[in-house]
Amino acid sequence: MNILKHEIKQQKIPLLIWSLSIGALVAMCVLMYPDMKSQMNGVNDMFSSMGNFTEAFGMDELNFGTLIGYYGVEGGNMLGIGGAFFAAIIAISALMKEEKERTAEFLLTHPVSRKRVITEKLIATFCIIVIMNVIVLLCSIGSILAIKEDVFWKELILFHLAYLLMQFEIAGICFGISAFLRKAGVGIGIGVAGLMYLLNIVANISEDAKPLKYITPFGYTESSDIINNVEINVDYLIPGMIIMVAGIVVAYVKYIRKDISA
Amino acid sequence: MNIIEVQNLTKNYGKSRGINNLNLQIAEGDFFGFIGPNGAGKSTTIRTLLGLVAPSGGQAKIMGYDIVRENRKILEQTGYLPSEINFYSGMKVSDVIKYSANLRKAKCSDKAGMLCDRLGLDTSKKVDELSLGNRKKVGIVCAVQHSPKLLILDEPTSGLDPLMQHEFFNILKEENKAGATVFFSSHVLSEVQNYCRTAAFIKDGKIIMSDKVSNLAETGTRKITLKGNATDVERFLADESDELKGKISNVSKMDGAQGSASVSGESASGESLNSFSQSGVSSNNMNCSFLYNGDISSLLKKLAELKLYDLTITEPSLEEIFMNYYE
Repeated sequence: MNILKHEIKQQKIPLLIWSLSIGALVAMCVLMYPDMKSQMNGVNDMFSSMGNFTEAFGMDELNFGTLIGYYGVEGGNMLGIGGAFFAAIIAISALMKEEKERTAEFLLTHPVSRKRVITEKLIATFCIIVIMNVIVLLCSIGSILAIKEDVFWKELILFHLAYLLMQFEIAGICFGISAFLRKAGVGIGIGVAGLMYLLNIVANISEDAKPLKYITPFGYTESSDIINNVEINVDYLIPGMIIMVAGIVVAYVKYIRKDISA
Repeated sequence: MNIIEVQNLTKNYGKSRGINNLNLQIAEGDFFGFIGPNGAGKSTTIRTLLGLVAPSGGQAKIMGYDIVRENRKILEQTGYLPSEINFYSGMKVSDVIKYSANLRKAKCSDKAGMLCDRLGLDTSKKVDELSLGNRKKVGIVCAVQHSPKLLILDEPTSGLDPLMQHEFFNILKEENKAGATVFFSSHVLSEVQNYCRTAAFIKDGKIIMSDKVSNLAETGTRKITLKGNATDVERFLADESDELKGKISNVSKMDGAQGSASVSGESASGESLNSFSQSGVSSNNMNCSFLYNGDISSLLKKLAELKLYDLTITEPSLEEIFMNYYE
């Protein structure tokens, strides 16, 4: 477990910065809710009458006048974009950074099999993502308590769980890509995360593009599904998890045989 | 018993670099120097043996373990110092050394501390602040601290000052005495000559010579240094007679008065030499040295015809033999 511990230690500072940034944004949204609520009737009408824009962000099926509905849209956007980018960055650099920073020769000439290196790095990546999500969840609960609203536990946990799985899927894809890279690639990771986010928006706007929901992990983080049905859409989740596993398998297959550049 | 057995090992890297049907045997307990110019395949050989890159052909065994299938078992008993070593930024020297020991499940903090003291390494510094020489020292500690059976070092002395090089070789000698086999690559021949028992020359991915260092130095080749009348010496060097033809190499001429200009080349009658020797014409005398590989008495007969002021015949250094191989 040496590599696992080492990886988490190495990412300590980015982890804290990202967690606290996303946590603060989510908390800020929640803290703004009391102000919003007083003007909410107008806002709700406005948000639900913006045509495609409304659908794109799933605001047509949520009640903005309630904290749950409001959190579903605002919190979802913050955690969705922030979490996806963070997961992508951490996962894409997991294997790649050893060659980029020329530490691969150090690590891989110790008596640790490549398989073990990959496994520990993978677990570390997932741990880091979990830690980030726990911190954000705590920020969220704290801010809900601070504005003296009831915590909607079941929906909240399910909501955050869906976003966690979404980040796992992005991490799995990026981890697979990471095995192929030698020099740079953080841009590729951000590209993957951004593309997935856009695919979901397209799928929300156009009926014809609905199948895209099976591909993008944002398909199963749709706040309206989670909050209105109190469940994660399994039809979208299962293909997502298969894609994640595929990314991880690719990482093993590639990295075990990879020639390490000097 | 051989600790390293390499058979027809090949690694292709596209067009350039790489190694080609390389054969190499290193006996257990040996102090082995691996010599070659940059790009000859030294690092590729080492990196293939350590499993960082997969061979394209052939096979190799270290301590009886296959380098591909039993890589981890080899690494357990091996210490490796890369030629360009880097560590994780933000870590302290002591953390890196500890991390390396932990990855090996080795408890060796006493030895690590001793090594750091001897190398004058400040373990509280961050690795990012270290110069190449100091990074090398950290690498040396990581490679040696667990007392491995085999030490593989890729150009270990680059970046180290002469005092540190001396201390470093002392450490290697002690490890060797304690039973470790030392295998290091270098393009500095004097260190190979001074410390190694056996050496191999690599060129264009092939071993061109492998032998005991004492045997390599004791070839029939002799180094002749002479001082004499410039015209005589020029005539002698241009001599195409059977006794001398093809037996003289590595000619180096110096102006007797200034003693600064020198040139070496394979053929005594090369154009570059003739044009260069102009600088030595000012004085009527010239100094000249070359390697001679042939019958000494016929050489002496030829030399007797020249007007000479001085003549020495010595064993060539490994450096000079080395130049001979690569020209």
